[in-house]
Amino acid sequence: MSQTSIDPRSLRAPPKRPIRLSWSDERVRGIFWQVVVVGIVVSIVWWLWSNTVHNLEVRRIATGFGFLGREAGLPIAESIIDYNPTNSYLRALVVGLLNTLKVAVVGIILATVFGTLIGIARLSKNWVLRTLSATYVEVIRDLPLLLQLLFWYAILQGLPGPRQAIHPAEGVFLSNRGLKLPWIEWEGAHSLALLTFVLGLIATFMYRRQAVAKQIADGVPRRTWPMALVSLVALPLAAWAALGAPFTPDIPALRGFNFQGGLTLSPEYFALLAGLVMYTAGFIAEIVRAGIQAVPNGQREAAQALGLRPGAVLRLVVLPQALRVIVPPMTSQYLNITKNSSLAVAIGYQDIVSIANTTLNQTGQAIEGIAIIMLVYLTISLSISGFMNWYNARIALVER
Amino acid sequence: MLAFGRMIRHALGAVALLGAATLPGQAQAQQAPANTLDAIRARGALICGVNTGLAGFAQPDSQGVWRGFDIDYCRSIAAAIFGDASKVRYVPTTAQSRFTALQSGEVDVLYRNTTWTLSRDTSLGLDFPAVNFYDGQGFMVKRTAGVTSASQLNGATICVQPGTTTEQNLTDWARANRIQFTPVVIERLEEVVAAYVAGRCDAYTTDASGLAATRSAQPTPADHVILPEVISKEPLGPAVRQGDARFADIVRWSHYAMLVAEELNITAANADQVLASDQRPEALRLLGKTGDLGKMLGLDNAWALHVIKAVGNYGEVFARHLAPIGLQRARSPNAMYTQGGLQYAPPFR
Repeated sequence: MSQTSIDPRSLRAPPKRPIRLSWSDERVRGIFWQVVVVGIVVSIVWWLWSNTVHNLEVRRIATGFGFLGREAGLPIAESIIDYNPTNSYLRALVVGLLNTLKVAVVGIILATVFGTLIGIARLSKNWVLRTLSATYVEVIRDLPLLLQLLFWYAILQGLPGPRQAIHPAEGVFLSNRGLKLPWIEWEGAHSLALLTFVLGLIATFMYRRQAVAKQIADGVPRRTWPMALVSLVALPLAAWAALGAPFTPDIPALRGFNFQGGLTLSPEYFALLAGLVMYTAGFIAEIVRAGIQAVPNGQREAAQALGLRPGAVLRLVVLPQALRVIVPPMTSQYLNITKNSSLAVAIGYQDIVSIANTTLNQTGQAIEGIAIIMLVYLTISLSISGFMNWYNARIALVER
Repeated sequence: MLAFGRMIRHALGAVALLGAATLPGQAQAQQAPANTLDAIRARGALICGVNTGLAGFAQPDSQGVWRGFDIDYCRSIAAAIFGDASKVRYVPTTAQSRFTALQSGEVDVLYRNTTWTLSRDTSLGLDFPAVNFYDGQGFMVKRTAGVTSASQLNGATICVQPGTTTEQNLTDWARANRIQFTPVVIERLEEVVAAYVAGRCDAYTTDASGLAATRSAQPTPADHVILPEVISKEPLGPAVRQGDARFADIVRWSHYAMLVAEELNITAANADQVLASDQRPEALRLLGKTGDLGKMLGLDNAWALHVIKAVGNYGEVFARHLAPIGLQRARSPNAMYTQGGLQYAPPFR
C-alpha cells in the first residue's frame, strides 16, 4: 500500500498508469488483500452472531429488547428524574445513565480543579507545599481505586446515626445516612432563572470575544465586567422576580427513621465521587506539572521582558503552550473517570452498570444487558474524546 | 517494509485458511452437554453451583471443606450417580452469575437457595425439579430500634441485595402497604450485611433463612430481631438446564428418596440394617433390594441407599445444618406432610 503515500512536498502529480489485471500489479494485489481482510472480518462477526443466536435458541433463552417496556419493579435510591418501581426498565436504565453522568461530570470538573492545584503546588518554591503534594501524588496513585472507594465508604458508615447526627448549622446534618442540606422548593421561576444564567454565560463569552477582537484592531482595552454583571446576576434575578420571587426553604428535619426534606448527598455518591476525584487528581497533577515544565523558561522571560504582567504572562504565553502538552493525556483521564465510575457497584451507588446488572438478572437477558452497558460507555467516551479532540485542534500550534 | 508486507500476507493467508476450515459447521464448542448424566460420568465428578458463602446452606469450614444444606444435596446427587458422595466439584456463584453458569454448562446443577418463579422457569431455559426448602422473605432490625412489626418501617432505609426476587418483593410489599422506604442496594453479601450492621440501614431484608444465617453469624445475635411478617413465598430448590428430563428426574427423585427415607424412619446409621432385616415393601424398593427403580432412572439400583448412607434422610440434613442457625422445622412448611407441612414425596413404585 506504499503507493498511497504521496510526498506532499512533491509538486509533481504521481504518474498515472492503467491498471493491469495481473498479480504483478501492485494496486491489484493491494485491492485483493483488502477485500480478503474485510471478508475475514465480516465472516468472523457473522459467525459469532449466528453461533450466539443458535445457542440461545437451543437453550430456549429469550432474546430481543422487548423487556425494556416491562415494569421494572426495582427500587432506586437516588434519581434526578422522577422514578418509581412501576416504571419501565427503560426508564430505570435512563435513571442509571443519569446517575453515571452525575458522578462523571462532577468528578471531571472537581478532579481537574483539584489536580491542577496539586500539580502547580508541586512546582511551588514552598518546601512544605511541594513535599505535601508530591507525597499525595505518590500515595494516591499507588493504591488501587477499588480499595480507596471501600475505604471512603467505610469511613462514611462510621459516622454517627441520624439521631446523633453532627449538626453544625441550622438544617445541616451529617450522619451515616449522608449529608443533609437545606434547599428550596424548586419552582418554574427557578428553572427560568437558571436558563437565563446559562444564556447570559454564553452572551458574556461572545461579548468578550468581540471586545478582544476590537482591541486587536484599535488597541483600546474594553471592560467586560459590566456586561457580565448584567447577564449573569441582574437578568436571572429579574426573571426570578418577574414570576413572583418564590422562596420556600425546605429544611431537613428528623422524622421517624430518617431526615425528611432538604437536599441529600448520599454516602454512596459521596464515597464514589471522593474516591474518583482523589485518585484521578493524582494523575492530573502530574500531567499539569509536565505541561508547565514543558514550556521553556525563555518564553516566560521573554514575555516579562516585553512588559506583560504576571497574570498575562501565564494566560497569554505559558498556558497556551502548556495546554498543548496537557490536553491529549487529560482526555484519557476524563475517560478513566467515566469508566471507573462503574466501580459504583461495589459500594451500592446505582449507576448504569448496577441497574443494567439487576435488569439482566431479573430478565435473564445477559447479552442485551451487556450490550446496553457497552453502548452507554461507548457513547459517553466517544463524546468526551470528540470534544477533547476538537478542543485540542483549536489550541494546537498553527504551523505552515 | 517489504519483508513486513510479506509477513502480513503470510499471516493473512493462515487466518483465511483457518476461517475456511471452521466456517462451514455451526460451532458447538461452547455448547452445554445435551446429556448431562453421560457428561458427569465421563468427567468422573458432578459440578455443583453453590452460594459463595451462606451459613447453614453452603460455606467452607475452617479446613476449607464445603458444608451446609445445599452442599449435602450436591453430595446426594454424586452418591446417586457414582455411589461416592465425595465426587463433587463446587463452583461458588453470585446471585448474578448463577444462571449464566448453569446455562453455559459451567455447572451441572445449581443448589444455591434459588427461588422457583414462573419467569425463571420459562425464559431462562431452566427447570426446577423440586423444592427442598420453603422459605419466605422477612426483615431484620436492630433491637435498639424498638421496631416490632414490618408495618412500622415507613420512612426507613432498607439494605437489600440486587438482582434477586428479594428486591422485587420489597417494592411489591411497599406498594401494597403504602410504605415509603429508601433502598441501599449492594451486590456482595458481606458488604450489604456490613452496611446494615454499621447502621447505614434501619433494616435488612432477605429470605428468612438468610436472615437467620446472618443473625447467627453476628457476635451478639440477640442484638438483632427478625420481624414476624413474611412478605413473600420463596420455594427454594435445585435448578437444571431445560431439555434434559433424565437428569432432572435424578435430581427430583434424590430429594424424594430423602423424604421417603424420613417417612420410613431410615437414617444414615440404620440403612444397612433396614436393608438386611426390614420387610416393608416400599423400604425394600427404595433401597433397591427389590424392583428396578434405579435402572428406570438410568442409575444403579442401590442409588437411594448410597444417598441415604452419605447424607441421611431429609430430617437429618435439616437438623444438621439448618437447626443450628435457628431455623424451626416444626409447624413450618418444611415439616413432613404427616405433621402439617408441605414436604411430600410421590410413591416409590
